[in-house]
Amino acid sequence: MSEALVQARDLARSFDVSPPLLNRMLERRPRQWLHAVDGVSFDIQRGQTLALVGESGCGKSTVAKLLVGLYEPSRGSLNFDGQDAHAAYRTAQGRSLRRRIQMIFQDPYASLNPRWRVEDIVGEPLKEHGIVTAEPDLGLRVGELLRSVGLSPDDMEKYPHQFSGGQRQRISIARALATQPDFLVCDEPTSALDVSVQAQVLNIMKDLQRKQGLTYLFISHNLAVVRHVADQVGVMYLGRLVELAGKQQLFAQPRHPYTRMLLDAIPKMHDTGRARTPVQGEVPNPLNPPAGCAFHPRCPHANARCKAERPALLEIGGTRVACHAVEEGRIS
Amino acid sequence: MTLLKVENLVVEFPHRRGTLRALDDISFQIAPGEILGVVGESGAGKSLTGAAIIGLLEPPGRIVSGQVVLEGQRIDNLSHEQMRHIRGRKIGAIFQDPLTSLNPLYTVGRQLVETIQAHLPVNAAEARRRAIGLLEDTGIPAARERIDHFPHQFSGGMRQRVVIALALAAEPKLVIADEPTTALDVSIQAQIIALLKRVCRERGAAVMLITHDMGVIAETCDRVAVMYAGRIAEIGPVHQIINQPAHPYSMGLMAAIPDIAVDRERLHQIDGAMPRLNAIPTGCAYNPRCPRAFDRCRVERPELLDAGATRAACWLHDAAAGVTA
Repeated sequence: MSEALVQARDLARSFDVSPPLLNRMLERRPRQWLHAVDGVSFDIQRGQTLALVGESGCGKSTVAKLLVGLYEPSRGSLNFDGQDAHAAYRTAQGRSLRRRIQMIFQDPYASLNPRWRVEDIVGEPLKEHGIVTAEPDLGLRVGELLRSVGLSPDDMEKYPHQFSGGQRQRISIARALATQPDFLVCDEPTSALDVSVQAQVLNIMKDLQRKQGLTYLFISHNLAVVRHVADQVGVMYLGRLVELAGKQQLFAQPRHPYTRMLLDAIPKMHDTGRARTPVQGEVPNPLNPPAGCAFHPRCPHANARCKAERPALLEIGGTRVACHAVEEGRIS
Repeated sequence: MTLLKVENLVVEFPHRRGTLRALDDISFQIAPGEILGVVGESGAGKSLTGAAIIGLLEPPGRIVSGQVVLEGQRIDNLSHEQMRHIRGRKIGAIFQDPLTSLNPLYTVGRQLVETIQAHLPVNAAEARRRAIGLLEDTGIPAARERIDHFPHQFSGGMRQRVVIALALAAEPKLVIADEPTTALDVSIQAQIIALLKRVCRERGAAVMLITHDMGVIAETCDRVAVMYAGRIAEIGPVHQIINQPAHPYSMGLMAAIPDIAVDRERLHQIDGAMPRLNAIPTGCAYNPRCPRAFDRCRVERPELLDAGATRAACWLHDAAAGVTA
C-alpha cells in the first residue's frame, strides 16, 4: 500500500483551564490542564474515509481542528502528503497546504455569512488563493461548483437565508471544494439536518469522493451514518482512541467494551419494542479523568489492572484496541 | 376509551401578509397508557401540536378551529388560569433542553416540592418525601443528598432525569415529551428512553413522544403519526409504519434513514425540501416530491384514508376510485 495521505502520530492538545493567577496565589490552587486530545495516532489512505465517533467531550472536534491547523498540537506530529503539516503552516508554504485541506462545519446556519451572496461565499477561497482572478471567470467557476453539489448556477445571486438547511450545507461543500482540495475534514456535517436531507448530503459527499478521489475525515456521533460513509472507524473516549478498525470488522465484531456499548445503545429500526438494558454511568469529567483505563468505571470487565494501568492501542486480531481485557483474552 | 382526543385542530399565525396555517386539520387520539410517537422533519408541526395541546402556543399563534378533549373535558378553550391547573396535574411536559426547563436559582428539591404542593393536597414534609421518591425512581443516586443540589451540579443526563421527575410529580395522565433525548449523548439517550418508558408504564401515564429519531420511535412507541407540512401524512401501529409504510412520504423517510444493520451504497433520498408555510402546494402537500403523484394529487387534497393497517392521507389508497397501491 502506498504511503498514507494523512499520518497523525501521538497527536495531543491540552488547554490551560487554570483559575486566574490571583486565585492560584491566594487560594493556593494549582494550574490545571484539560487534555482534550491525548496522544492519538492514525493514518488515512488517499481516497478513503476515516470516521471518528464518540460522545460529546471525547475530543473528536479538537482532532478536526488540529488537522486543519486551527489548533497547534501540544505534542506529536501530523504528516500530510509527506510533509510536516504544522511546520508548514507556520511558513509561507502553509498557504498551499491550506488550499489542499478544507473543512465543512456542523451548523450550516452559523458557517455562512448571512450578509454575503452565495457567489461571494463560494468565490472567496478562489480569490483568496489567487485561483481565479478575473471577474467573469469567477462567476463561471462558482456556477460549476454549485452545479457539482446539485444546486443551480442561478442560486449564486441569492443570500443564505433563501436556502433550506440541506441546501446551505451543500453551499458549504461547494465552498470547501473551491480550492480543489485533496482532503476534507467534515465535523458533524449532517447532524443539524433532517434525515431526508441528510441522505441528500451524504449521497453528494460519496459521489464527490468517487469522482474527485477525495479523502475524508468524517466526525460524527451517529454510528449508522458512520457505517454508511466510512472505510475505517476510530472510536474515541476521553481524548484517546480506544479502537481503530475497518468498518466491516468494527460493526461485525466490536472489540472494545466501549464500542460494544455504543453499538448497543443505538435504537434499532426494525426491532420494535425491544427492551434493552442500557449501560449505566456517564462520561467522567475530562478535567479529572479516572486513573488507568478511562473507561473502567463504566466497564463490566474492569479489574485491578484496568484501574491502575493505562492500556496502549495494540494490534490484536487485525484491529487496534486499547483494552487490557481484550489483550489478556478475558473477553473475545 | 380515549384519554386525549384531538379533532380537526387548526393553528394559524397571523402575519403581515396574510395568515400562515401551521397545523391544518390534525386529528388523532391517545388511549390511556399508550405511547404515541410523532415524527417528521423540522417545521412539520410536531412541536406545535404538543404546544397547542398543553396551551403553550406562542402568540400570535392561535387555535382557529377544532378541539382538544382530555378525559371528556374540552381544554382548548380554557382560560389561562384554568389551563395552569391542567398543566402539571393532568399533562406533564418534558422538553429538549433540560437546562432551560429547570430554574437555575432554586434547588431541584424546591422545584419538585413546589410542583407537588401546587397540584396535590399534601404538606411540605410529605411533598419532600415524595420528591425524594421521585428522584430515586428516576435513577438518581443518593437522592436524599442530591435533592438539595442546584441544577448546575447535575450532568446533562441527570438533569433530564430531574425534568422527568418534575413532569411526573403531580401524577399526570399524559406526558408530552418533546425531543427529550435530542440534546443527550447516545449512551445517555438509551438510559433516558428506558427510564421514560418504565416510569410512565408504572404510573399508567400515556406519552406523546415527539422526536425526529425513528430509532427511538421504533423502540418506544405503540403507534406513530408521521407529520408533513402541518398535516398528518400517516398514522398507525409502529411496526406497520416502519416495515410497510403506506404513504409515499413515510416510505421515503424510512428509506432515507441509514440503518446500522445494513450496508447500502447509496441512501434513498427524497429530492427537494418540505415546502414553506406560505407556499404549500394545492392538493396533496407532498405532490411535488412524490414519485407516484398523479393528476388528482395536484388538485385535490387527500384526507386520512384506510390503507391496510394504517391510515394514510394519500389518493393511492382511495378504494372508491379503484386505484390501489
